[in-house]
Amino acid sequence: MFEYDFMINAFSASGIVAVVSGIVGYFLVVRGQTFAGHALSHIGFAGATGAGLIGLSPLWGLVGFTVVAGLGMGLLGERLSGRDVAIGVVLSLALGFGLLFLHYYTSFATQATAVLFGNVLAVDHPTIVILACLSAMILLALSILMRPLLFASLQPELAEAKGVLLRCISMAFLAVVGLAVAACAQIVGVLMVFTLMVGPPAAAQRVVTGLWNGLALAAILALAYVWLGLTVAFYTDWPVSFCIALLSGCGYLLSLAAPRQQIRVEGVMQEAHEL
Amino acid sequence: MNAAEFDGVTIRIGGRSVLSNVSLSVGDGEFIGVLGPNGAGKTTLMRTLLGLIRPSSGTVRVLGKSPVRGNPEIGYLPQVRTLMPALGMRGLDFIASSVKGERWGLPITTRADRRAIEQTLTAVGATALADRPLSDMSGGERQRLLLAQALLGSPRLLLLDEPLISLDPRHQEAVIGLVRQFCRDRGITVLFSAHELNQLLGALDRVLYLGRGQAVLGSIDEVVTAPVLSRLYGADINVVRADGHIFVMSRGRDVERHDHQHDEHAHEYHQHASHASSVPPDVPYRSA
Repeated sequence: MFEYDFMINAFSASGIVAVVSGIVGYFLVVRGQTFAGHALSHIGFAGATGAGLIGLSPLWGLVGFTVVAGLGMGLLGERLSGRDVAIGVVLSLALGFGLLFLHYYTSFATQATAVLFGNVLAVDHPTIVILACLSAMILLALSILMRPLLFASLQPELAEAKGVLLRCISMAFLAVVGLAVAACAQIVGVLMVFTLMVGPPAAAQRVVTGLWNGLALAAILALAYVWLGLTVAFYTDWPVSFCIALLSGCGYLLSLAAPRQQIRVEGVMQEAHEL
Repeated sequence: MNAAEFDGVTIRIGGRSVLSNVSLSVGDGEFIGVLGPNGAGKTTLMRTLLGLIRPSSGTVRVLGKSPVRGNPEIGYLPQVRTLMPALGMRGLDFIASSVKGERWGLPITTRADRRAIEQTLTAVGATALADRPLSDMSGGERQRLLLAQALLGSPRLLLLDEPLISLDPRHQEAVIGLVRQFCRDRGITVLFSAHELNQLLGALDRVLYLGRGQAVLGSIDEVVTAPVLSRLYGADINVVRADGHIFVMSRGRDVERHDHQHDEHAHEYHQHASHASSVPPDVPYRSA
């Protein structure tokens, strides 16, 4: 299958995006903000179709909307956390606007499916370059942010007392998530970013302990899903996004069946019991 | 030098004055039990010392300086309301995430950090928790882990906000004994907030009672009296002493127990739904 340029492009683009999605998604899962990530992708849909309407590239519309929406969600912070209803309302409103923009820009309609469900087989070389740059930015930002982000995610009250600016961290992180969502939507579409951003880290977290192991496994799983998905799609002619979603779903179900890794030592339990 | 000083301090949060014109000073190395009804300002007092809340008037000094966020000389155990993520994270990694956690960059634990954490865990008798995942620990073990975390970096002042909540009586006594011993040996000043006075009787040097914007600091005999507590609670309070225990009663009911069991609806500032005692209401429990 590598005799086709479009397959090589698809493998490169999806590989880059998968690794980044797995890593960013890991923190999304740790912070319990997966639904916010989902909402960001829907807001991105309005951005993509809106950009199409005024003649801009859908990718930049997507990036612009998700990053701004991420900053906004971070700013609202605690007032928004756990507000599933508020996020849900904004999410469907954004989809509604996306539909309106589509309505007035009918020639964009064929691309709408690509935005919603992804079209990795149509990724061209310039897009790969853009995705690589986005991914580099995401990883750079995350590597600067990671230490206070982890602290603020695990123990917000203590982190605040130790001088971590919770709101700034939250805004910066959700902006990074916005970038990742935009990149991820190029592969699996805005409706299915969960398959790469939540499925792999959620499974990884159940199987291994420790931050670095979790991050590594999340990235590896995401990479495995997209490359296997592409291969399966190539030989079966099923849609790529379906194959990736299927693998991601199966991976998560399997991780549920696996017992959570626990380090149990005789005597440790004994002593612990005495505490 | 005093560990903590309040001079004519008034703190208003959302238009309500939580503390009004409070003056007190806590000496170096003292173990202070912080008590009072819900919403009396126990958490607010600690957050003020941490530099998270600015008084609207008056001056606060902590260890001789103005309160500043991120003061490394203060160890803090927040009233844990954020449910710890059910991670398979090991105890040592969990604590490590808080070490210099306010700095930018990757969360890399140095060998020196690791050694310091292990030493502190050993000091509180929790060596075994280093390698166990959080999901595997009991409430008492997690609290011990958090205590070790608060003691890390040799603080001179320790702020413990309701460290006994959701622990069973046996673990409560263990935590109190541990803090008492550790801090006395090292001359660390402790502010220990709790719902129940009796458990702390053997450990505390002085008691700080908060209520209706006021604060009274003194010995048990000075503070835990009918007139003082009636003023702080704004109700007729009787103090009954029996068999080495002190019962604070209002119209025949024990107000501390009453508080304790109904604190889900009362909120102190910035404190999420708190949960009550693990002792069922129909089982009277008193520790010596």
